[in-house]
Amino acid sequence: MIPAAFDYHRPADVASAIALLQEHGDGARALAGGHSLIPMMKLRMASVDHLVDLQDIDELKGIAITGGKVSIGAMTTQNELITNDVLAQAAPILREAALQIADPQVRYVGTIGGNVANGDPGNDMPGLMQCLNATFTLVGPDGSRDVAARDFYEAAYMTEREDEELLTRITFVAPTGGYAYEKQKRKIGDYATAACAVQLSKQGGECATAAIAMTNLSDVPVFSEAAGAALVGTACDAGAVKAAVAAALEEIDPMEDNRGPVDFKRHVAGVIISRAIERAWSRA
Amino acid sequence: MNDQSPPTREQRVAGLKGLGCSRKRVEDARFTQGKGNYVDDVKLPGMLFGDFVRSPYAHARVNAIRTEEALKVPGVLAVLTAKDLEPLSLHWMPTLAGDKQMVLADGKVLFQGQEVAFVVATDRYAAADGIAAVEVDYEELPVLTDPFEALQSDVVLREDIADQTEGAHGARRHHNHIFLWEEGDEAATNQAIESAEVVAEEMVYYHRTHPCPLETCGCVASMDKVNGKLTVYGTFQAPHVVRTVASLLSGIEEHNIRVISPDIGGGFGNKVGVYPGYVCSIVASIVTGKPVKWIENRMDNLMATAFARDYWMKGKISATRDGKITGLHCHVTADHGAFDACADPTKFPAGFFHICTGSYDIPVAYVGVDGVYTNKAPGGVAYRCSFRVTEAAYFIERMIEVLAIELGMDAAELRAKNFIRADQFPYTSALGWEYDSGDYHTAWDKALKAVDYEGLRREQAERVEAFKRGETRKLLGIGLTHFTEIVGAGPVKNCDILGMGMFDSCEIRVHPTGSAIARLGTISQGQGHATTFAQILASEIGIPADSITIEEGDTDTAPYGLGTYGSRSTPVAGAATAMAGRKIRAKAQMIAAYLLEVHDDDVEFDVDRFVVKGAPERFKTMAEIAYAAYNQAIPGVEPGLEAVSYYDPPNMTYPFGAYICVMEIDVDTGVHEIRQFYALDDCGTRINPMVIEGQVHGGLTEALAIAMGQEIAYDEIGNHKTATFMDFFIPTAWETPTYTTDHTETPSPHHPIGAKGVGESPNVGGVPAFSNAVHDAFRAFGLRQAHMPHDQWRVWKIAHDLGLHG
Repeated sequence: MIPAAFDYHRPADVASAIALLQEHGDGARALAGGHSLIPMMKLRMASVDHLVDLQDIDELKGIAITGGKVSIGAMTTQNELITNDVLAQAAPILREAALQIADPQVRYVGTIGGNVANGDPGNDMPGLMQCLNATFTLVGPDGSRDVAARDFYEAAYMTEREDEELLTRITFVAPTGGYAYEKQKRKIGDYATAACAVQLSKQGGECATAAIAMTNLSDVPVFSEAAGAALVGTACDAGAVKAAVAAALEEIDPMEDNRGPVDFKRHVAGVIISRAIERAWSRA
Repeated sequence: MNDQSPPTREQRVAGLKGLGCSRKRVEDARFTQGKGNYVDDVKLPGMLFGDFVRSPYAHARVNAIRTEEALKVPGVLAVLTAKDLEPLSLHWMPTLAGDKQMVLADGKVLFQGQEVAFVVATDRYAAADGIAAVEVDYEELPVLTDPFEALQSDVVLREDIADQTEGAHGARRHHNHIFLWEEGDEAATNQAIESAEVVAEEMVYYHRTHPCPLETCGCVASMDKVNGKLTVYGTFQAPHVVRTVASLLSGIEEHNIRVISPDIGGGFGNKVGVYPGYVCSIVASIVTGKPVKWIENRMDNLMATAFARDYWMKGKISATRDGKITGLHCHVTADHGAFDACADPTKFPAGFFHICTGSYDIPVAYVGVDGVYTNKAPGGVAYRCSFRVTEAAYFIERMIEVLAIELGMDAAELRAKNFIRADQFPYTSALGWEYDSGDYHTAWDKALKAVDYEGLRREQAERVEAFKRGETRKLLGIGLTHFTEIVGAGPVKNCDILGMGMFDSCEIRVHPTGSAIARLGTISQGQGHATTFAQILASEIGIPADSITIEEGDTDTAPYGLGTYGSRSTPVAGAATAMAGRKIRAKAQMIAAYLLEVHDDDVEFDVDRFVVKGAPERFKTMAEIAYAAYNQAIPGVEPGLEAVSYYDPPNMTYPFGAYICVMEIDVDTGVHEIRQFYALDDCGTRINPMVIEGQVHGGLTEALAIAMGQEIAYDEIGNHKTATFMDFFIPTAWETPTYTTDHTETPSPHHPIGAKGVGESPNVGGVPAFSNAVHDAFRAFGLRQAHMPHDQWRVWKIAHDLGLHG
C-alpha cells in the first residue's frame, strides 16, 4: 500500500496547474481531495509521475449564489456543502446528498469537483448534478468551455474532460419544489447499492416539472428523462410513480458486485426510486 | 466523624478496588492519549524493513523468481526466496496443527496472497519498489475453492504429502483430505435418530470470516551477533510459545531468545499462530546483523494471516413428539485452506467443537469432522471464541430452531424443556465434557421476562397479519439463543500446544513499602489485564489494586505461560494469580503472628490486614507486614515477600448466557434494524462489571458483523473478493445497536475465585442470536435455513425466494 515515487506540484492558480498538466502529459494527474486517486496510487493501479495538487488554488474554492444561480468552486469540500446555510436554502438536496457520502473525515477533504470529475459511477454527485441540470466549466490550454452534466459522462472513469483540462466550477439554477436523495448502502462509507436524486415542482396539485437521476446503477450516472416525464401532469399517485419507476429501470444497467446480483439491484433501485419520488412529492 | 477516625471495614474494602469493583481501566490513560507502544512504534537503530512479494494466483506453479531488477532498486539489500531458506531448513515451518506450511513459495503457490519472496530494504518505501521489481513466472493450475469438490477432485493441492495416507490426526482418505476426527457413539446416535418420533435435518454453514484486529500482524527481529541474543518484538498472543518455537526452528538456545509482545491492538485469535513474516524477519536479521521490521498492511492481513470458521455442518436432531431431544448427529466438512494451520490444542483438530450439544441434556450424540485442503489461506483460528466453540454454538442453536419448526413448537419453550437442570451439575455431556456449573432455567426465565417475550410474540403475530393485508413491508424477528461455552484451556492432561501443557502462571513480588508487581504468562490485547488481575490480587492479599503493577509479554521477565486466547486468561492465569496471592497471604500470616506475638492460627485475614482472632483492635496491615518481611529477622521465615504459582486447571469453565435480539427487516431492500438486544451473561464471579460490559459490547458488535455481513469470499478461481474495508464489514457506531446487558452469577466450583471468563461469550452467543432473528422473521412464511452472512442482498433473496415480492 505504498505508491511508486512521484513528483509533487502545488500550483497557486489555474493557469499554472494547466501548464503543469500540459508539460507532463500522461504522467500527470490533478489531485483534489484524493479519496479516489491516492488509494489507486497506493495499490499501484494508477501510475502517476507528477501529482498536481490543487488545494492552494483559491479561485477553485467557494460557493456563490446570485440571482437564483448557484456557483460552486470545484475544490469546495463536501463538508462545506453541508455547512453552508445559504446553499442549504437554495438547494437543500445538496446537503441531503452530501450527508450520505462516506463519513465526516472523508467529507472534510473530499471535494465536489473531484467527485464529479473522476467519473466513478459510485460517486453520488454526478447523478445529483444531472438531476439539477448543472453545468461544468472546464478550463484548458485553449480557454474555457461549459459542458452540461447530462452530457459529461461517457463510461466509467471516461468523461468529456480532456487530460489537460481542469473542471473548475459547477453552476446550476437554484431548484424549486420538493427534493429527495435516497440511497441504500451496506454501511457508513460505502458506495450506493442504489441511489436516486429527485427534484420536482408542483402546480395546482399536479407535478409541473420532475428530474430523476440515479447513482451506481450503470457505468455512468443515469438521468432518466422518461421517468420525469411520467410524473409531469400527474398527482404523483401510485400509478404515476410506478410508471416513472418502470421508465427509470429501462435505462439502468447495474453490474453484480459484493453488494449483490443484478436482479437484487434492479429490485432495490425500483424501491429507492419510488421512495425518492414519494419523499420529494411530500415536500413539494 | 473526624479525620482521625479509622476507616470502616466497608471503606477498607472499597479502598482495595478488588473483586466486583468497576475500577476504571488503568491502560486507557495511554491508549486514549495516543501513547500506546505497538510493534510498529518500535524503532531500533539501523532497522531495516522487509515485506513480501505475494502470489496473485490461488494455485500456480512457480517456475522462476528473478530478483536481479529488484536488487538494483536503491535501498533494496536482499531478496529472500525459498531457495535461500532451504539450507537452513526454514523454507517450510511446522504449524500448530501438526501440518507444515511454506514460509516462502517452494515450487508452487496454493492461495492468493501467499508469500513468494521477502524483500529487505532500508525502509518500507524501498521495499515496496523492490517488490514491484521482482519478476515471478507463474504457471496457473486448476483451482479448488469448494471443500466438497476438493474431496472428489484429481487435482492434488499438497504435492509434498500426496502419498501420505497418515496425517497428524489419523488416516487421510484422499490427497486433499487432512483428517477425520470423531467423538461420541455414532451407532447409538443413528439408532436414536432412526427410531425417533421427529427428526430435523439441516445443513448449517458458518461462513469463512476473519478476526481482523485493527492492528495488523507484525514484528521487529533483532539479532545481536556480539552476544548471540535474538530479540523479537511482535504481535504475539502467546509470546512464550513463540520463543520456544523460534528456538526449535532456529537452533538458537531458548535463553538467548527474548520475545516481547508490546501493546497489542486486538488479537481475536489472529495473533496466535506463527507466520512467515516472523520467520523471514528473524532470518533477515540474522543475515544482515540488523534489526528487521515486518508489518502487514490491511490487505495482507485479510488475505494471508489466519481466517476463522468455514464449517459446513450437516446436522440431524431427533426428539419425541412433545419436544424432548433424543439424539444429535453432526458431520462437519471443514475447509482449512492450503495448510492445516488451525490453532487448537494438539489433541483436538476440531477444537472443542464437541461442545455442540450446547445447553441441552441430549442423551446420545456423535460428531465427525473432515478437514479438507483447498486453495484458500490457511488458518482456522478461534475468532473471539474458544476453539471452534462459536461454530458449535451456532450449529446447535440453529438445529434447535429447525427442530422447533419441525415440531411446530415455540423455540423458547423447546429450549427450556431440554436445558440441563441446575441439579444435574456437574454434568457429563454425551460427547464427554464435564460441565462445571450452571443454572440455565433461571437465566432463561429472567431473559424472557426482561424482553416481555410473550408480548413480542403477540406483536410478531400481528405484524405477520398486517404484512399479509399489505399494510406493512417490514417483518419482525425474535432471535433466541442460550449458549454454553467451554473456555479456559486447559488441563495439562489433555491440553497442549506443540507439547506445551496449557497451564498458566503468575509471579508476585510485594515491595517493602506495601505495593507490588505481578507478572503473568498471558498478554492483554485489549482485555484490560492490568486492571482486572490487580483486582483479583487486591482481594487476595489486601493491597490496593492501585498499588499493584501488572506486567505481561516479556519472556525475559514473565513466568512461562501459554498466552491469551480462548478466554483462558481469567480461568487459568487468573487462577494462578489467586493461588500465588494465597501463598503471599500464608507467609504474611506467619509474619503477622510473629509481630503480634501470637500463634499463626490465632490471626486471621481481614480485608487488608491480619487481626488477632477475637481482638480486632490488635492487627498488622499488609503494608506493615511487607515492611517487616524485608527488615526484620523472623525465626524460621526467609526474608522477602514473593510467590510464584503455576496453575494447571482441573477442568475447563463453562460460561453461559441468554441472548435475545429483536430485529425489523424490510423485505423489499433486505435492510435490517435492530430494535433491541438483550444479553444476559453468567461468567461466574464477576471481577470488574464495567470491563465485563465492555467485553460484551465488543463481542456483540463483532457478532453483529459476522452475522450480518462480514465474510472472506473467493470467486471460483480463488480471487479474494473482500480484502479491504470497502467489502469486509467492520461495523461503525452507526451500524451498532444499543445493547442491554444483564447477568446471573453461578461461580465455577473449581476455580479459586469462581470466575469463568467472558471475553468471547458475546461472540459465541451473539452470532446465533442475530442470525436466528433473521430466520425467525421469515418463519411464518416457511423459511428453515438461510446461510450467513445476512447482508442486504441475501436477506432480500430469502424474501424473494419465499415469494414475498409478489
